[in-house]
Amino acid sequence: MKFGLLVSEGPYTHQASDTAYQFAVAALAKGHEVQRVFFYHDGVYNATRLTEPPQDDRHIVNRWSALKEKHDVDLVVCVAAALRRGIKDEVLAPGFRISGLGQLVDSGIKSDRFVTFGD
Amino acid sequence: MTAKKFMFVNRKAPFGTIYALESLEVVLITATFDQDVSLVFVDDGVYEIVKGQNPKGIGIKNHAPTYRALDGYDVEKLYVERESMQARGLTEADLLVDVEVLSSAEMADLMAEQDVVLSF
Repeated sequence: MKFGLLVSEGPYTHQASDTAYQFAVAALAKGHEVQRVFFYHDGVYNATRLTEPPQDDRHIVNRWSALKEKHDVDLVVCVAAALRRGIKDEVLAPGFRISGLGQLVDSGIKSDRFVTFGD
Repeated sequence: MTAKKFMFVNRKAPFGTIYALESLEVVLITATFDQDVSLVFVDDGVYEIVKGQNPKGIGIKNHAPTYRALDGYDVEKLYVERESMQARGLTEADLLVDVEVLSSAEMADLMAEQDVVLSF
């Protein structure tokens, strides 16, 4: 099955990004496809390479980058939401790309199931 | 390609968080993709379409007029959950757009018919 995911909250404050990541890993392990992860609202903060959590904590941003590296999952950050919050190409972590909300709609159209992770 | 049924579930008050505004932005984009769009207002989301909003005092732009422009984008399916409206002492006369009022059971049936449900 082809999944599209939406992440609507930033890392650490909310569990949404963790749950979305765990969902994606579990889906891939079962042989499903994760067609795209779209980051919206404060979810765009998942994409900044300036993130430096304490060493004994999970690195949410690098974890997403690694998912892209390993499974070629399309990680898309909403441009309007990102610019509002100071997320630009120059601070983007590896594997993420900035694009329009059309990519969110496109994901809803192309996936068999679209799953929202938010507050 | 046939259009999919996209439902936007608005659950939050119009101000206090950005969800209402950014939800509206997705709704407008989705409409340009010629999809079958419905909007649902439940919980505090009902306040998003209450008449007479004036956020000037808190320095935030009033996005409420956009709801009145939605029919220009062929977005005409607006639903409000009766229980949420009643719990807040509101009636249809308090709302700035025409809506269909559904019970939560009817709302559940409508949600079950959708292809994509986005919750804000």
